[in-house]
Amino acid sequence: MIELVDVHKSFGDKKILDSVSLKIEKGETFVIIGQSGVGKTTILRHIAGFFDPDRGDVLIEGVKMNGAGTRIRSRLREKMGFLFQSGALINWLNLRENVALPLVEHKLGTKSEIYRIVDEKLKLLQLLDDADKMPSDISGGMKKRAGLARAIVRNPAVILYDEPTSGLDPVMSARINDMITRMQAELGVTSIVVTHDMVSAYNIADRIAMLYNGTIIECGSPDQIRGSSNPIVRQFIEGSLKGPIES
Amino acid sequence: MPEDYRISYRKSFMNTVSNMGASLLYKVNFSGFTLILIFYTIIQMRHAFFKRREIIKQMYVSGVKSMMVCGIVALLGGMIFSLQIGLQLKTYGQSDFVPTMIINVMNKELGALLTGIILTAFSGAAMAAEVATMKVSEEIDALEMMSINPVKYLVMPRMAAMLLMMPALTIYTVILGVIGAAVICYFQLGMSMETYFRRVQESIWFKDMYVCMLKSIVFGVIISSISCANGLKASNGALGVGHATRVSVVSSLLMILISGYFITSLFYGGFL
Repeated sequence: MIELVDVHKSFGDKKILDSVSLKIEKGETFVIIGQSGVGKTTILRHIAGFFDPDRGDVLIEGVKMNGAGTRIRSRLREKMGFLFQSGALINWLNLRENVALPLVEHKLGTKSEIYRIVDEKLKLLQLLDDADKMPSDISGGMKKRAGLARAIVRNPAVILYDEPTSGLDPVMSARINDMITRMQAELGVTSIVVTHDMVSAYNIADRIAMLYNGTIIECGSPDQIRGSSNPIVRQFIEGSLKGPIES
Repeated sequence: MPEDYRISYRKSFMNTVSNMGASLLYKVNFSGFTLILIFYTIIQMRHAFFKRREIIKQMYVSGVKSMMVCGIVALLGGMIFSLQIGLQLKTYGQSDFVPTMIINVMNKELGALLTGIILTAFSGAAMAAEVATMKVSEEIDALEMMSINPVKYLVMPRMAAMLLMMPALTIYTVILGVIGAAVICYFQLGMSMETYFRRVQESIWFKDMYVCMLKSIVFGVIISSISCANGLKASNGALGVGHATRVSVVSSLLMILISGYFITSLFYGGFL
C-alpha cells in the first residue's frame, strides 16, 4: 500500500502540492488527472523517492520514503518500476540491453537466464523483432514500450506511469492501456498512472483523482468522476473552454 | 536626487550584492558536490574489474580518439617552441641548449598541460554534454529507479579511463613534442639528430618524469570529475546541456592551470 499523508511541496515561491493525502491500495490502478504543470508528475516523483516533501510523509508499505537513506530508498525502489514520459532509454544500449540493464547490473542470473527473461518481456510488448535496434532508430511509441519492458523486467509490485499514452496513436494507446490492465489482472501489480488522456483514464482506472491548484479536489471511481458535479472536474473531463479553470 | 531614484539605486545595489552572494554560494556548493563525487568515485573503483568493458570503451573514446589532435598539437608545439628559442639562442651561439630546454619544458610543464587542455576540450566537453543530456532526458533518474548507482555506472568508468589515458597521452605528447623540435633543430639549426637525441637523453630527470605523471593524473581527475559533476547538475533541457558543457570546460581549464602551478611550486619551489 502507498500512502501520501499531508504532502506539501514548493519549488521556490511556487507552491506545487498543498496538503495532498492519498491512499492507494495493493493491486489497484490509480489514475491522477489534472492540467499540465499542476504537479501530477511531482506526486509520482515523491512516491519514487526523487523528491522529499517540504512537509508530510510518503509511505511505501508502511516504510517512510522521505528522509530515508540511499539503502532504504534503493530497497523500496526495487519493488517499483517507473515508465518515464520519454522512455528514458540509455542511448548507447540497444533495446535488449536496455531491458536487461537492471538484471545485468544486479547480477540477477546467468547471461542466458537474463536474456530469456528479457526476450519474454520484449515479446509481451511486441518488441522482440526490434530487440537489436538502438533507441535512436525507433519511434516514440516503441521507446515507451521498451521503457515499460524495462520497468516490468524485475516483476515489480508497483508500476508508476508518467503519461504512458501521450504522443501515441490511438491503437498504440489502446495497446498500452491493455498492458496496464493485464498486468493488474495477471500479476496483481499496483499501478499509479499520471495522464491527461480521459479515454485512457476511464479504461484502466479503479479510481481517479483530480489534482487542481496543488490539492486533490475529487477522488472516486471512473463513474463517480464522470458524474461529478464539481465544475472544475466537469470542465476538465469535457475539455470545455468555459468554466473555472484558467488556461 | 529625488527619493524615488535613491530607493531604486539602493534596490539595484542590493540585488547585485544578493546575486553575487547567491552565485558564490552556488559555487561553494558545487565545489563540495564535486569533491564528494571524487570521493564516491574512488570508492566505486573497487568495481572497476566488473566495469572493464565500459572502461575500455571510455579509454577509446576519451583517449585513443584524441591521439590525432594531441599528436598534431604536440608536434607543432615542439616545432614552434624550438624555432623560437633556437633562433634566439643561435644569435648567442648557444643553440646546443635547445634539446635540454625542450625536454625540460615538455617534461616539467607543457606535456601534461597541453594534454590536459586538449582532453578538456575534446573529452571533457563530450563527457559533460553526454551526462547532462542523460540528466535532462531522465536517464539518470531511470538508473536510480533501477537501483543502479549513477556514480558507479557513469562516473567511475569515465574517471578510471581518464586516469589511465591521461598519463599515456602525456608521454605520447612529450615524445611527439621532442620529435617536432628535433625536426627544427635538424633543418633550421643544423644540429645532427644524434647530437639532439643524446642531449635530450642526458637531460631527462626522473623527478621531472614523476612530477609530469603526477600532474597528468591530477588533471585526469579534474577533467573527469568537473565534467561529470556539471553533467549531473544539469537542468533546463538543451539550454542546460549547453551551460553544463561550457562551465565544465572553463572550470576544468582554470583548475588545471591552478593545480599545475601548485604542483610545480610544491616540487620545484616557488612563490607558495
